[in-house]
Amino acid sequence: MTRTLTCIICPRGCTLQAEINGDSVSVSGNACKRGEEYGRSECLHPVRTVTAVIRVENRPDCALSVKTAQPIAKEHIFDLMAVLRGMTVKAPVAIGEVICDNIYGTQVIATGSVE
Amino acid sequence: MKNHDIVIIGGGPAGMAAAVAAFDSGVRDVVIIDREDNLGGVLKQCIHNGFGLHKLGKELTGPEYAHVYAQQVRERGIKVYSGTTVTRITSDKIVTATNTDGILKIQAKAVVLAMGCRERSRGALNISGTRPAGVYSAGTAQKLINCDGYMVGKRVVILGSGDIGLIMARRMTLQGAKVEAVCEILPYSGGLTRNIVQCLEDYGIPLHLSTTVAEIHGSERLEGVTVAQVDQNRAPIESTRRYIPCDTLLLSCGLIPENELTLNAGIELDKVTGGAVVDQFRQTSIDGIFACGNVLQVHDLVDHVSDEAECAGASAAKYVLGNPSECGRITTCAGEGVRYVLPQRVLLSGEQVSLYLRVREPQTGVKLVVKSGERIIKTFPRLKAAPGEMEKLDIPMSLLSDADKTLTVSMEVQ
Amino acid sequence: MIYDIAIVGAGVCGGMIARELSRYDLRVCLLERANDVAMGASKANSGIIHGGFDPEPGTLKQKFNTEGRELLFDAARELSVPHIRNGSLVCAFTPEEEEQVRELYARGATNGIDNLHLISGEQARALESSLSQGVTLALHVPDAGIVCPYKLTIAAVGNAMDNGVELHRNFEVTGIEHSGGIFTLKSAAGESVSTKYLINCAGGHAGKVAAMAGDDSIEIIPRAGEYMLLDRSEGKTVGHTIFRAPSKEGKGILVSPTADGNLLLGPTAVRVDTPDSTQTTREGLAAVARSVKESVPNVDLSRVITSFTGVRASHAAGDFIVGQSKTVDNMINVAAIDSPGLTACVAIARYVTDILGGMGVQLDRKPDWCGKREDTEAFSKLTDEEKDAVIKQNPAYGRIICRCEEITEGEIRAALHINPPALDMDGVKRRTRSGMGRCQGGFCAPFVMKLIAEERQIELEEVTKNGGSSKMLTGRI
Repeated sequence: MTRTLTCIICPRGCTLQAEINGDSVSVSGNACKRGEEYGRSECLHPVRTVTAVIRVENRPDCALSVKTAQPIAKEHIFDLMAVLRGMTVKAPVAIGEVICDNIYGTQVIATGSVE
Repeated sequence: MKNHDIVIIGGGPAGMAAAVAAFDSGVRDVVIIDREDNLGGVLKQCIHNGFGLHKLGKELTGPEYAHVYAQQVRERGIKVYSGTTVTRITSDKIVTATNTDGILKIQAKAVVLAMGCRERSRGALNISGTRPAGVYSAGTAQKLINCDGYMVGKRVVILGSGDIGLIMARRMTLQGAKVEAVCEILPYSGGLTRNIVQCLEDYGIPLHLSTTVAEIHGSERLEGVTVAQVDQNRAPIESTRRYIPCDTLLLSCGLIPENELTLNAGIELDKVTGGAVVDQFRQTSIDGIFACGNVLQVHDLVDHVSDEAECAGASAAKYVLGNPSECGRITTCAGEGVRYVLPQRVLLSGEQVSLYLRVREPQTGVKLVVKSGERIIKTFPRLKAAPGEMEKLDIPMSLLSDADKTLTVSMEVQ
Repeated sequence: MIYDIAIVGAGVCGGMIARELSRYDLRVCLLERANDVAMGASKANSGIIHGGFDPEPGTLKQKFNTEGRELLFDAARELSVPHIRNGSLVCAFTPEEEEQVRELYARGATNGIDNLHLISGEQARALESSLSQGVTLALHVPDAGIVCPYKLTIAAVGNAMDNGVELHRNFEVTGIEHSGGIFTLKSAAGESVSTKYLINCAGGHAGKVAAMAGDDSIEIIPRAGEYMLLDRSEGKTVGHTIFRAPSKEGKGILVSPTADGNLLLGPTAVRVDTPDSTQTTREGLAAVARSVKESVPNVDLSRVITSFTGVRASHAAGDFIVGQSKTVDNMINVAAIDSPGLTACVAIARYVTDILGGMGVQLDRKPDWCGKREDTEAFSKLTDEEKDAVIKQNPAYGRIICRCEEITEGEIRAALHINPPALDMDGVKRRTRSGMGRCQGGFCAPFVMKLIAEERQIELEEVTKNGGSSKMLTGRI
């Protein structure tokens, strides 16, 4: 089976051709190595980095921006969002702090700071 | 009246990078005037990732990218007047600003303009219908959601497929809203292809090209919009009108450089870019006033903003340190298929000059041709070119001479 | 409690009548169905102080325009409302239109208006360089002017409140009982107000309100006018108000600076179903653009910052209706106040007061009445040194919230306190211009929302655009 993909790794957005044979995928059309990795991953187990904000319980009109430290499986995105929507943190929080450990195989970390 | 060597107006990505570059070029008395309480400008609300690949070699979110530059500003001890809004700049470089301490006046030796841009509003788009709550420019909604932690709506239509519109479609979806459609009046999207994939296709959000919002409905809160396909003159086609119930309309229909201060200072503006006319050192028509970032030309990547700002900051430092060199100058102009070329003036100085431009329409298999009169100076082949992606053409100065008066850049189909 | 007088409708007439009555020792209330005053035709009209040459001699329009013009300039001054005597030009492009303009000139003389001048196209272009080459004759009216109509209404109501008048907002009259010499007005929300005298200033709904009291003689014809407003950068495109020769539909599409420094284009004149038909249409805005390009070709339509529709309350007979109801005792109708209603409003208010006197209302002047209102835009007019001094006293004046119009937190907080306090986003906008500039609130809206929530001590989610269910937010993330 072949699939045509748009690489989302960088703004260049290469059009990729992926030839899929069971667990082996050969990718063409990529301008760099990362494109090849993306093509393979997208065909076998697509993943995305998720970014979001969570509420800060002692700062009513302020939200903390967060991201997953590694990309997570696409099918878990909404489950993760449900967890994050139900969560609050307490200020102060510094950029880089781990907000949630070991969730869908990665961590959720703060991308901003709240004093 | 205070005195500072270099005053940078704006604490977003352009202002921060310009300040750091000016400092590193040998001027110590550099200050940033920022109307917000924290450095970072619009990056603070751009919580998505995709920033910094080119400039920092890693993929960061907006707040993280801002943090890198804010740290650099702090490490150098560059003074930041935060919560301070500049209200006037004069041609002799007196900057007037307001903050809670009072009215501040600074005599600067050089000024770097880095005020950024604003979004085109519903009024400017002249969309007909009623005027209910729930019609937001996409960036305003982005701030309310990402910085303040409030949702603006539950059922959403987005007009405009620029990157902000696409990013907000995903953002609203992840936050539990239903995005009914993204409508784009042009036959192509103005956003990056990767954003169409990861923001719309990932979530099954339809993108309707050559389609606009023809009418807004609802008396108090928005109740729905009528969308319609448009003809070649971008006028809605009656027979294609279709009602979509929604409580929120987000507008992502273009960014406009914020040049009211620039205009009042008497600086020459370019009608096409909406920013100042500059040379390759980002100096405006007034000596010692420089411009960079989205106030100069609307960029699609923050990395390019940082590059441009470093150039402006370093040039401002050079101006203050004073080594003027007389040299010839050439003007640039946009030819067939090209919307604009920046810088508008090229001084015959330095090793090479980078020309930035945007094409008028998406095209595959093209070449961008730089000419002086009939003489071809350099040709740049491109597999594809699109209005949403700024092109950069590097031209060795050795190819240019005093004899050249005007450089024309045009797009030719191969 | 029984009021002496209840006024239904806080438009410019209701507001001016309230202010006029606040001079006297009376219990007066003003009932408004919306979340703010000036929410009907008073917020969306041309803002013109008409010269007085136009109305048919012998009509109420003519009487109140002639009497009212200078009274309005005086009131605008006392109430510190932006106004300019910028003069107007009525322009003819064809021999037929020239004839009409000559007629207007003659009518002006009949109406007792002096200082009118018929001038050639050349002379008109000497006064107004942007004027079309196609203009062949013009009527120059140096005494005409412009005023901000909603600020005038807000100021009139505010001044009335300062002098004791009570304003009840969100009071939509749904029923009126009249017995034993007392009117009892019921609201949609179930409240009621009792009064001895009733003044009907309900604008587009005046027919409905009169009918509730038992007078079904008023039939209002709602007529929509669409406008476009341009950035302040374009405010000097013309100095005078530029009219076309009038048509059956009205005074035609004008080009005018506004008292706040923008450029205003419009209105169209289209009969609509209801007084609440305030939507704009593609056709209407296109018609405005077309007409404007004929009279002032260099108007830059790319500088439009907003468009809106005002619905004027007209009447088949063509004249204002101002007087005692013929069928209901102790009720005065002030209805069908379309153009030149703004110019006429102070004269109407005086006339209504005289009628009340004639009906036996005791008009005892209050010794402490003050007709002046503080200038709510005073801060923006200060020099840098003066601003600096104010900021040192109150740092909120040093925080600029609306960058386009340079409006500070101090001014916005004041607008949430000064009579009649703003309750919503649009209310703040009309009082301070915050959000009225080129970005149309894109940057300042989140900050203004927080200030409203803070000053009114409500949750952020409760902040509305203009009352009712017009909430800005749908909840926390």
